[in-house]
Amino acid sequence: MAQAAIELIGINKSFGAVRANRDINLEVARGTIHGIVGENGAGKSTLMSILYGFYQADSGEIRVGGKPVSINTSNDAIALGIGMVHQHFMLVDNFTVLENVILGAETDALLKSSIAKARSELERLEREYGLEVDPDAIIEELPVGLQQRVEILKALYRGAEILILDEPTGVLTPAEADHLFRILKQLKEQGKTVVLITHKLREIMAITDTVSVMRQGTMVATRVTKETTVGELAELMVGRRVLLRVEKGESKAGAIKLSVKNLTVKDSRGVTMVDDVSFDVRGGEIVGIAGVAGNGQSELLEAISGIRHAVSGEVMLEGKPVDLTGKADPGELRDRGLAHVPEDRHHVGLVLAFEESENSILGYHDDERYLKGPFLNVDAIVADAKDKIEKYDIRPGNPRLKTANFSGGNQQKIVLAREMEQDPGVLIVGQPTRGVDVGAIEFIHKRLIAMRDQGKAVLVVSVELDEIRSLSDRILVMFAGRIVGERGPEATEGELGLLMAGVEHQEAAE
Amino acid sequence: MSTPYAKLPAWADYGLIPLINLSVAFIVAGFVVMLVGENPFRAAVILVEGAFGRGTGIAFTLYYATTFIFSGLSVAVAVHCGLFNIGGEGQGYIAGLGIGVVCLAFDSVLPWWLTFPLAIIAAAGMGALWALIPAYLQARRGSHIVITTIMFNFIAASVMVYALVDVLKPAGSMAPQTRNFLPGAELPKLNWIIELFGAKIRSAPLNVCFILALVMAFLVWLLIWRTKLGYEMRTYGHSPKAARYAGISETRIILIAMVISGALAGMMALNPVMGDQHNVALDFVSGAGFVGIAVALMGRSHPVGIVLAAILFGMLYQGGAELAFEMPAISRDMIVIIQGLVILFAGALEHMFRPYIQALFASFSPKAVGIEAVKGKGA
Repeated sequence: MAQAAIELIGINKSFGAVRANRDINLEVARGTIHGIVGENGAGKSTLMSILYGFYQADSGEIRVGGKPVSINTSNDAIALGIGMVHQHFMLVDNFTVLENVILGAETDALLKSSIAKARSELERLEREYGLEVDPDAIIEELPVGLQQRVEILKALYRGAEILILDEPTGVLTPAEADHLFRILKQLKEQGKTVVLITHKLREIMAITDTVSVMRQGTMVATRVTKETTVGELAELMVGRRVLLRVEKGESKAGAIKLSVKNLTVKDSRGVTMVDDVSFDVRGGEIVGIAGVAGNGQSELLEAISGIRHAVSGEVMLEGKPVDLTGKADPGELRDRGLAHVPEDRHHVGLVLAFEESENSILGYHDDERYLKGPFLNVDAIVADAKDKIEKYDIRPGNPRLKTANFSGGNQQKIVLAREMEQDPGVLIVGQPTRGVDVGAIEFIHKRLIAMRDQGKAVLVVSVELDEIRSLSDRILVMFAGRIVGERGPEATEGELGLLMAGVEHQEAAE
Repeated sequence: MSTPYAKLPAWADYGLIPLINLSVAFIVAGFVVMLVGENPFRAAVILVEGAFGRGTGIAFTLYYATTFIFSGLSVAVAVHCGLFNIGGEGQGYIAGLGIGVVCLAFDSVLPWWLTFPLAIIAAAGMGALWALIPAYLQARRGSHIVITTIMFNFIAASVMVYALVDVLKPAGSMAPQTRNFLPGAELPKLNWIIELFGAKIRSAPLNVCFILALVMAFLVWLLIWRTKLGYEMRTYGHSPKAARYAGISETRIILIAMVISGALAGMMALNPVMGDQHNVALDFVSGAGFVGIAVALMGRSHPVGIVLAAILFGMLYQGGAELAFEMPAISRDMIVIIQGLVILFAGALEHMFRPYIQALFASFSPKAVGIEAVKGKGA
């Protein structure tokens, strides 16, 4: 192996109670392309932010070119020859390419000399690496692929020997991505070191020399790319966790309660996130949607619950059509028997500044049980909240306590209690146990199964494969906005992992 | 509003911190007084005595406070819905037009207790209308409410100049104001209440609007913490996403909150117009709408806090006038500086000392921090 460009030794980083990086060791050889893969939230970006001086590690050592260094700001990183291309570009939109390149590296109070120097330097870089871009173009007029090239130029202009790219292909078309890979290979040939962060296994296989896999804040494996397979990486990424199997009987699937046909949803940028998705959920069954985070599951849930307008599609709730493309609002859907436990309980499912009892009526505050004319019936609300606290073992059992003071698991129970106790026909749940302690997980799973056994239709979206496998009667796998497969709960992790990585889908498409 | 900081017991959150902020403001103000060569302690004594020392002073303090209670409540209602209404000045000013029309029409036929309810409706209605347009632009067009409400202050000022100079000014008069109202539009004074305590009052404008202000403070408390509408407003104010999830219409809640806020701002015009001047004159609001922002900030958007903060600002106005009179080196502008310092420390730098206080509390009793904070929110 060549000499190490970067060595990370025993890096730890916590954000509050969340350990984003635990005891990370990583060695990147000089003149190679090193991939780092992992699911969203595995800690990749945190690790690279530490390397680039955005965060400081709680403990651990960084060595660059064999020497221990301390990187406190991005300027330190730049001085050490580390350049970073962020997922979201750090460019000034109404500046020219040249102006962006010299930004922060101006040599003089007057720009003239800096610009002249930069112009000749850019020409050299263009020749050497095939990074053609018009130096006088305005950034916002350039396509995304070229903007990214400017980011790379920026890093090289500052003398980067080590280039970190964070999810570089997320915003690129396939052709642009291919071009990027050619550039990266050229950089490698010139002796630069490239660190590529991604969750797309195809890219790893196509371009990297070595690959490290991260999972839940730890570095689980490093492989030579040639000696590994997509299957192995997928399995490493998803991981074999200790199974938390919940006892459950056979499902007695009844009539279709929720039917989704050809649903298409775009996000606020106009990117299609849910692409022509169709499925049914019957009463008495739990349907799980598996997938790596960011493949359209969130938008799917938001559309079905009426929070986000769909572009097109037909949805039937309890046999009656719902117009999700503009008319339906969450309140109306709730009245028609659809309960929703949102993924983001901190900002959507709960108002953390509210008392527990106030949150226990959120969305149902129109219900006459909680009102006396235009006034809130505080006694009834508190009594009702106490009732739920008892049934769901929410601790501390004080309905007047501020919700922010409850633990994650108990907050989730507040939401679940509210939604389940309304006796809905259809329950949709996003990330039922994210950030929830182990004790509460089992409780929540049992409750979901109890709902199923009462004949409710339950739709669960989770990035935890174990959870999906343990809860679901049927598993749908989402990749790139589409449902790419349906499996039974007996499907293996490897099989689901491949589907989640889009491998079968890619092969089918090619 | 205060989620990231909400970790102190209620008494510290609502009592200690405002007190510290206020003390710092007065200490800094003291240095400014020293700078102009006066004795800051004597100045403080004059200020407090001017505001509370005699019956007349107390009546004036409460008269000023009345206006500030209305404007503070106006800002607070909007804040609970996550909106920053800084158009109270214009909403109050334009409300004067409504009050003026009602008073001029009815003061010769109706007694004050019939004119007053009509004027309240006119004031609230005009204020609400003036807030409704920016609210609609915010809810439907995304025009930022801070910008539009500021602009509406200027529009209100221009409209009032036109109305007073070209329409309402009696023929032959040189002053840009309406004719003086007849007794049918003059509100009774409340000075007798202070006189019950044995104080003597020569002449002060404290009037029944003070009682109306206290009633409105109670109604605002009821609205925010005890009604479904208030619940929806608070939900939207804390988290628009959660409001969307709960099926609360964004457009509707913004419109309603701003209408209520505007109505309260409009009602502040009743106090000077019907209670004191008995006419509608140019610039009669004179900044009270903006003081409302400081009052709401300092009162933590809670009606009780707002009433207390309004009295504090009333004291600064009244005591400040006395101070300017007693100490010639301290001009009227000096008082504005002191008021500015109070606004700066109690409003803009509200959170400056909070981290230290929190650290102090945490070091004493780690368990108490957080749990007791619950009682804070008005309930």
